[in-house]
Formats: sequence, C-alpha cells, structure tokens
Amino acid sequence: MSAAWIAVIAVGAGTLLLKAVGPVVVSGRRLHSRAAELLDMVAPAILAALVVTETFASGRSLVLDARLAGVAAGLVAVFFRAPLWLVVVVGALATALVRLVS
Amino acid sequence: MRRGARIAAPLFPAAAALGASFGVLARTAHFDALAAVVMSATTFAGSAQVATVSVLGAGGGVAAAIVAALLLNARYAPIGITVAQAFRGHVLKRFAQSQLVVDESWALAGGGTKRFDRRVLLGVGALLWIAWVGGTAIGALVGQTIGDPAKFGLDGAFAALFVALLAAQLTDRRRMAAAVGGAGIAAALIPFTAPGIPIIAATAAVAVGWRRT
Repeated sequence: MSAAWIAVIAVGAGTLLLKAVGPVVVSGRRLHSRAAELLDMVAPAILAALVVTETFASGRSLVLDARLAGVAAGLVAVFFRAPLWLVVVVGALATALVRLVS
Repeated sequence: MRRGARIAAPLFPAAAALGASFGVLARTAHFDALAAVVMSATTFAGSAQVATVSVLGAGGGVAAAIVAALLLNARYAPIGITVAQAFRGHVLKRFAQSQLVVDESWALAGGGTKRFDRRVLLGVGALLWIAWVGGTAIGALVGQTIGDPAKFGLDGAFAALFVALLAAQLTDRRRMAAAVGGAGIAAALIPFTAPGIPIIAATAAVAVGWRRT
C-alpha cells in the first residue's frame, strides 16, 4: 500500500473517533454545573486560537502576510454587523488585493 | 436542517474552492485522485488534510503526517463534548451525526452556547461536506489548470470567518478572558510545537474561569 493510502486510512479512522467522543460517549449524561461552566469557555478559547493560527501561523513560524489584511477587513465588517457571507467575501477580497500588490 | 443549509449557503463556494485546492495539493504530493476524494469524505477537516499532504509532499514520513493531522483534529474531542448533550438516540445515529461536526458547522450552530441547535449543525455540516468532497474531486481531476487558490485570498477569508464566529461568542467577560487566554497560548506555542498543539493547548485558557467561580 502506498504512503498516501496509509495516511488516508489512519487519519480518517482517527478523526472519526475524535469526532465521536462527545456525541457518542458523553451524550445523555448530565454534566456537573461546574463542568458545564468550564465547557462554556472552551468555544471562545478554541476559536480565538484558530483566529491566531489561521492569521499568523506558517508552519512553525509567526508571519505577517496578506491574511492580516483579510482579518482586518473582516473585523471592520463584523463591527458594522455585516452578515457572515459578506465577512467572508470582504476577507477574501482584501487578502487577494494585498497579495496582488505586494 | 434546512435553516442550517441556508446559513451555510454563502460558505458553499469558499468550501468548494478550498476543497479543489486540497485536491490539487494532494495530486502534487502523489495522491491518486481517488485517495484525495476518499480522504475528504472520511476525514472532512481541511487543516488536517492539508497538513497530511504537505508533510508527505515535503518528503516527511507517513508517521509524521498522521501524527500532525491527528494533533490538528484532536480539538474535535473537546468541541464534540461541548455539544454532546444535544445528541440523542441510537449510538450509530449519534456516531453518524457526529461526523458532520466541523469548526464552521459547530460555531454557526452556536456550539458551546445555550442556543446551540443540533439541526443547524447537521444542515451546515451536510452542505459543507458536499462542497468539500465535490470540490476535492474537481481539484484532483482537473485542478492543475485552475492555478494557486491562495491568489484568490481564500486563506484570509477563512481567518476572517473565524473572527466573525469568535465575535458572536464574546457574550460575557469570562468568555472574553477565555478568548484572550486562548489566543495568547496559541501565539506563544506556534514557534515551539507541531501544528495543532497550540489549538489544543488553548483550551487550558478555561482555567481563568476556575478561580472566578
């Protein structure tokens, strides 16, 4: 079997299990209120981390590139309460423009 | 589910284009077209798939590629736990539905908040899956003629999307503190750890709420 297929099968099976942990194993059980409070903060923590990695990470380096323009434009759109699709379009346009001229 | 599909509709072209770019990238890393499409259909997680083909394409070993991808996807364990209460019914049904959890479907459905709607998650997830797998097939078969997707600014578009999703989550001071902490942890770890670790480690930011209660 080629390396590609080994990776496809292993990553696929592992991801299947990771996604199933919550809905299959934890589902239906009542959570302690303290646990629920902590879980409440997982979402903003992970999303903030995703913003940082999607904007600044390039492998193991932190870089400033055209993506930052996309994020800045997206922030302005969010500030003016633009719908989600507009945030995405504005983000793509700003990123592509800066990449074009730099 | 229909509401979820409507919410996700604007993301459809972006997801399809990213899927196509994955398809192109996979071919350059010596994946055959079928392997690329099977990976999109089963793994259904952009960053992990891109990491896999990047590591293999750069001549890294298959073990390194698998570890990198699974580290990136490890966040789906805590993400799945935040919405676990909403999943009911037979274990196979819950298993099948859990596969539609991706960052975007979870966040758009209000994951981690009281207004979480499982049907919205399933609608968004199903539509994005179609876009992602279809896009991958197009990219893997005819992609070499499209060119580099980065020039369309798609990477910046997804970063902007996460900004908007995060903004919707910042409803009280504790969540803001968790976001600031998560961003700080991620930024601090990026230079020192494999991709994926910074995102997992960011969940440690919930500790700020531990002493406040």
